[in-house]
Amino acid sequence: MNAILEMRGITKTFPGVKALDNVNLSVEEGEIHALVGENGAGKSTLMKVLSGVYPHNEFEGDILYRGETQKFSRIADSEEKGIIIIHQELALVPLLSIAENIFLGNETAKGGIIDWNEAHRRAKEVLGKVGLSEPTTTKITNLGTGKQQLVEIAKALSKRVELLILDEPTSSLNEHDSAALLELMLEFKRQGITSIIISHKLNEVAYVADTITVLRDGQTVSSFPCEHGPEIENRIIKEMVGRELTNRFPPRDVAKGDVIMEVKDWNVYHHLHSDRHLIRDVNINVRAGEIVGIAGLMGAGRTELAMSVFGRSYGQKISGEVRLKGAPVDVSDINKAVELGIAYVTEDRKEYGLVLENSIKNNLTLANLEGVSRKGILDDQAERRVGREYIDKMNIRCSSMLQDVVNLSGGNQQKVVLGKWLYSNPEVLILDEPTRGIDVNAKFEIYTIINELAAQGRGIVFISSEMPELLGMCDRIYVMNEGRIVGELPASEASQEKIMTMIVKSDG
Amino acid sequence: MQQVVNAPASSSEAENKITIGSYIKANMREYGLLLALIVVMVSFQIMTDGILMKPLNITNLVLQNSYIVIMAIGMLLVIVAGHIDLSVGSVVGFIGALAAVLMVSYEVPVFIAVIICLLAGVAIGAVQGYWVAYHRIPAFIVTLAGMLVFRGLTLALLQGQSIGPFPTTFQRLSSGFIPDLTGMEGTHGLTLLLGAVISLYLVYANFRSRMAQQKIASAEEPLSVFILQNGLILFAINYFTLLMAGYRGLPNVLIVMAVLIAAYSFFTSRTTMGRRIYAIGGNEKAARLSGVNTQKLTFLAFANMGFLAALAGLVFAARLNSASPKAGVAFELDVIAAVFIGGASMSGGVGTVVGAVIGAFLMGVMNNGMSIMSVGIDYQQVIKGLVLLAAVIFDVYNKKKAG
Repeated sequence: MNAILEMRGITKTFPGVKALDNVNLSVEEGEIHALVGENGAGKSTLMKVLSGVYPHNEFEGDILYRGETQKFSRIADSEEKGIIIIHQELALVPLLSIAENIFLGNETAKGGIIDWNEAHRRAKEVLGKVGLSEPTTTKITNLGTGKQQLVEIAKALSKRVELLILDEPTSSLNEHDSAALLELMLEFKRQGITSIIISHKLNEVAYVADTITVLRDGQTVSSFPCEHGPEIENRIIKEMVGRELTNRFPPRDVAKGDVIMEVKDWNVYHHLHSDRHLIRDVNINVRAGEIVGIAGLMGAGRTELAMSVFGRSYGQKISGEVRLKGAPVDVSDINKAVELGIAYVTEDRKEYGLVLENSIKNNLTLANLEGVSRKGILDDQAERRVGREYIDKMNIRCSSMLQDVVNLSGGNQQKVVLGKWLYSNPEVLILDEPTRGIDVNAKFEIYTIINELAAQGRGIVFISSEMPELLGMCDRIYVMNEGRIVGELPASEASQEKIMTMIVKSDG
Repeated sequence: MQQVVNAPASSSEAENKITIGSYIKANMREYGLLLALIVVMVSFQIMTDGILMKPLNITNLVLQNSYIVIMAIGMLLVIVAGHIDLSVGSVVGFIGALAAVLMVSYEVPVFIAVIICLLAGVAIGAVQGYWVAYHRIPAFIVTLAGMLVFRGLTLALLQGQSIGPFPTTFQRLSSGFIPDLTGMEGTHGLTLLLGAVISLYLVYANFRSRMAQQKIASAEEPLSVFILQNGLILFAINYFTLLMAGYRGLPNVLIVMAVLIAAYSFFTSRTTMGRRIYAIGGNEKAARLSGVNTQKLTFLAFANMGFLAALAGLVFAARLNSASPKAGVAFELDVIAAVFIGGASMSGGVGTVVGAVIGAFLMGVMNNGMSIMSVGIDYQQVIKGLVLLAAVIFDVYNKKKAG
């Protein structure tokens, strides 16, 4: 075996922070190498160093690729060597076609004139390699996240790729698409492509990786071969957090009360295409003190259901009834929903949850400014007290409540979003993927908070694509597929297999 | 919930003790702008052999820039909300024309005419705001259309000619001064008194909010910066009123401006509505999902802009003592430039009223200083353009460094 890539003594400092501190990474030719670590451990920074996002004069240490020292000044330099990185946030242009996106910046052109036939022919070819059978003229915006991810990979394959880096490739994919992606990685391995995968999903790492390198606080903690067995996940967690996590889900005393919210005969149509019937005759309820999960694949309509209930913030031609504590209520706009005590914690905190260039304090109070004001006039002191209180309560790590949330890590940003809704004191919280893209420790903290909210007698609706999380947290799980509720299971009877079976059976 | 309370969050805050250096670095923008204004004033004071700070010239400076300042306040809100209003220059012209037609041609009493004009301004802003807020037509397009429409209507109303002069009561809006009630010899006593009272009140209010801040956590500003800043406030306001008292005292329009600046500063920083407008500009989707009525607030920001543009139109017409078809041409550019020089962000969500006002005065001082030094209108524009570009480059660079 010989190393295709060696990174030696990489140190990268940002003003005030040492993001990477003497990190070493050695990747063997032809292997799948997993890079794991908590948020902020330095995984993405290390990959940005490798791919030339940070030019060679902005960090210390050496990069040896195929035995030669490399000095990349920009991404194009590393791509020329066959190092291709696919970032966590997809870099596709929504209104351009698949073919246009695949060859963006690398057009099949002679003298600046694009040969479209050639482009579509080659696009079809690389789509075939990733197993996507969409027409190459389809616009990206009309694809689901899973397919978009495949297009991104196809784009990488259209270039000469020797080392493929995938940063959290499955964070926005459902189980089915994730599994397909992992198989694709194994297929690439058979074709001789070396891959580095960054992931929070340890079961996936355990499944595909040959070698695992763990980073913690900007340093390499350890690097070891991945033995495929039940022990490996625990070992990774132990190395990541520096201690053993005995329980990934905090224990909880369940004290269920009466039904607090009921959604009856709920129907929703697509916000643009009024003939697309997205949610069909959905009936769900949640009791006070209960955590109710909604399982389903991406595109099952879970987010659309949640948002349409939350003040009709999604969709059109919405029909059906929402009852709170038995009485029908009017949730026709967001204000009414908030006033009635419904909160929706979005799955996309950056896009829909936070005002990024605003302080933690201002974000925390945004949904309930009435609470810190009198007759429309803000009480600065009251607001600071709330800021302080929730930073403590949620354990938000920050330098000051006046810090902009854009500078916080993902887990802490998520805590700000949750804190914002807690401060609005809701009776029902709809949590949409509340732990997406955050590390093990922060997840545990968020689970603890959710349990406490339930213990206070609030109703919790918990949407998640990670089934172990639903099974570990919920009292009852609804299974959703193609806009319908296709099953309901008490937690004691639920298992991943049963949920998948319900989904598969309802298809076709 | 108490169990979740953990030590690191609170202790880390104490560790980050704020030093003067780090504070100034973090607030580079505000101090940089103020410093720029001071540097520009001092250098013009030297280059014009002291003419710039002569009582008469200072008074003129205020009168010349009053309408830009008034509109910059409204424009700040529009820009913070993430939009732009290109029609304000034409609205200034149109409202001036409307005022002239009402007061001069139809002899409508001044008070009623003023009310009609202000309402017309609100209506203009409301119509434009309606399309932007409720139909999501880009503000650039809506107000570009407004710019053409109201310039055209100005010409139509005036039939291509200037109308004037205005009744004396109306002229006083721009050319009047507050009466001196103290009857002091040789100077304007009330002006001095007002300056002293206002400056002392500002320092007192700052002191009180600092005390309150310290009750919860350590104050944001280091003590030395706090003292220096308040010393500067005391000095600047009193020096300014002393100068003005040497001529004819405070102009009426300055009082109007001061009230507007105070009211809108309060609105933007201390009211729920103000806060929500910043949230809309920062992230409209997040604001909407937090229960903010984004459409209504956007609509109101435009209606308010219409109101202030109308007020500026009246002030401008009163100052020229006639309504002309060319009144207000290209004002929108000065106003928008002032807001951006004042630190507002093109993408919305960032900016302060005081910044916009300082931005307007920075441009005003440069105009005035260069005119005194008889720099031609050609190079004045070149220099103003470069200053705008430099201010925004400074912003972007500064932000990059911080990030």
